[in-house]
Amino acid sequence: MTKLVSTMDKVGRATAQGVAEVGLAGTLLFQAIGWTLWGWRRRQPVRLSAVFVQGMEVGIKALPIVTILSVTIGAMLAIQGIYSLSAFGAESQVTLGVALSVTREFAPLITGILVAGRSGSALAARLGTMKINQEIDALVVMGINPVRFLVAPALLGTLVMLPALTIWADFIALLGAGMYVSVELGMSLSAYTDELISLLKVNDVIHGLGKSALFAVLIVLVGVVNGASVTGGAEGVGRMTTRSVVHAISAIVITDMIFAFVLTRS
Amino acid sequence: MTEAPPPSPVIEVEDLVTHFGDRLILKGITLAVRPGEILVIMGGSGSGKSTLLNHLLGLLVPTSGRVHILGQDINKISGQALSELRQKTGVAFQGGALFSSMSVLDNIMLPLIEHTRLDRMTMEIMARMKMEVVNLAGFDALMPAELSGGMIKRAALARAIVMDPRILFCDEPSAGLDPVVAAQIDDLILLLRDAMQMSVVVVTHELESAFKIADRICVLDQGEVLALGTVDEIRANPNHRIQNLLNRRIEEAELDPEEYLRRLTGQSSTKEGS
Repeated sequence: MTKLVSTMDKVGRATAQGVAEVGLAGTLLFQAIGWTLWGWRRRQPVRLSAVFVQGMEVGIKALPIVTILSVTIGAMLAIQGIYSLSAFGAESQVTLGVALSVTREFAPLITGILVAGRSGSALAARLGTMKINQEIDALVVMGINPVRFLVAPALLGTLVMLPALTIWADFIALLGAGMYVSVELGMSLSAYTDELISLLKVNDVIHGLGKSALFAVLIVLVGVVNGASVTGGAEGVGRMTTRSVVHAISAIVITDMIFAFVLTRS
Repeated sequence: MTEAPPPSPVIEVEDLVTHFGDRLILKGITLAVRPGEILVIMGGSGSGKSTLLNHLLGLLVPTSGRVHILGQDINKISGQALSELRQKTGVAFQGGALFSSMSVLDNIMLPLIEHTRLDRMTMEIMARMKMEVVNLAGFDALMPAELSGGMIKRAALARAIVMDPRILFCDEPSAGLDPVVAAQIDDLILLLRDAMQMSVVVVTHELESAFKIADRICVLDQGEVLALGTVDEIRANPNHRIQNLLNRRIEEAELDPEEYLRRLTGQSSTKEGS
């Protein structure tokens, strides 16, 4: 009986904590948007230089790894596509499968997961360390709003860079697939490109980019909420950093499914 | 406690009560800081002095009671007014709280960058002037990780005073430093008060430092103000808890055998026992 009660107690507490974190994330999002739009009126604008620093960190520095993974994913999709289509003798249809799955799914998903691992965790670790070192308190007592100073630039930087990275990943993954297809099926790259252009609709690319913008918000909010909840020194920072990566990737995958479900049925 | 009510104190705390969860931390603190004085808040670990400081800084919201800084109730005024008020106060945190991603100069300049529209050259000059004051001249480009403990505290002081605040808060300014460096920090606080007419609130548990710099001392114990007075008044205070604190005597425990047994077997009724 006592065990049951204690289990229920734990479930209740975990639920309440979860709801509180979602509430905190929502508040932070609104505050960050508010500071971005109206911060200059209170003579506390969101600094463009800080946004650029974040954009550099989140976007430009992730280019090499995004490139490598995208070309690999593209080739992988071409390999699997040709293999599965060969069951119907329809290998030549591989371009359609690759084009749709790259732009609608794989490019935004893989880029989101990479950025969550690279930048979401870094954000959580940075904020967590700042919190335990009283640097957040120091900002507050200087009259510098931490949401304006730390969260808004990260949100804006990621919101610009994640879709940009996704476009890049689209190109590179389709190129990777094209290289495999041209070798395997003897189709020239220019014929492959022509086919891509005729098959792909703007809507498919927008679908992927819309998702990547959503992922950007999720990554930043999860990172910030976990960073802000750090307690207990360096160990706490490590724990929350890990938690932020796991939560961000889970949130991305689940949101991806819901997004796809809603938009493909309508 | 013989002082007459001073003309418009810079800080007024009235009947401040605060809880962490169910635990009562501050049990009705009332005190005032006069313009231009150095008030030292003293007390052992767990006396509530850090909590009191966090309330003075507006980092915590009290259960009840009021905190007035420069005549404004910091828990009632708007965020904008509080932000402006905070530009008139400076805080040197215990661990320095320097931003690890910025150089010493950028750290010290940050309040100027965020709150003024001066050009960069002017801001650099102002920051370097404060660095001269705290004896950190020439360390502009160093990162906080490259500084020694005493240098971090001095850089934090420089950042706290860069806006020429009317009130300076120092949390354990000399804790963890060797005696010579600690004495330098004490001298620096005295110098800042004399040169800039700031009011200074220092939280510390170092007796020597407190007696050296304080105009008045507030002794906190278990969330209450045990005594508030000049250095001589505190020294002469007959309260045995104060005398224990001053003479570093260990508080004689009031031993209750049954409570002791309950504590040992983990059946204590207190919250900490669980």
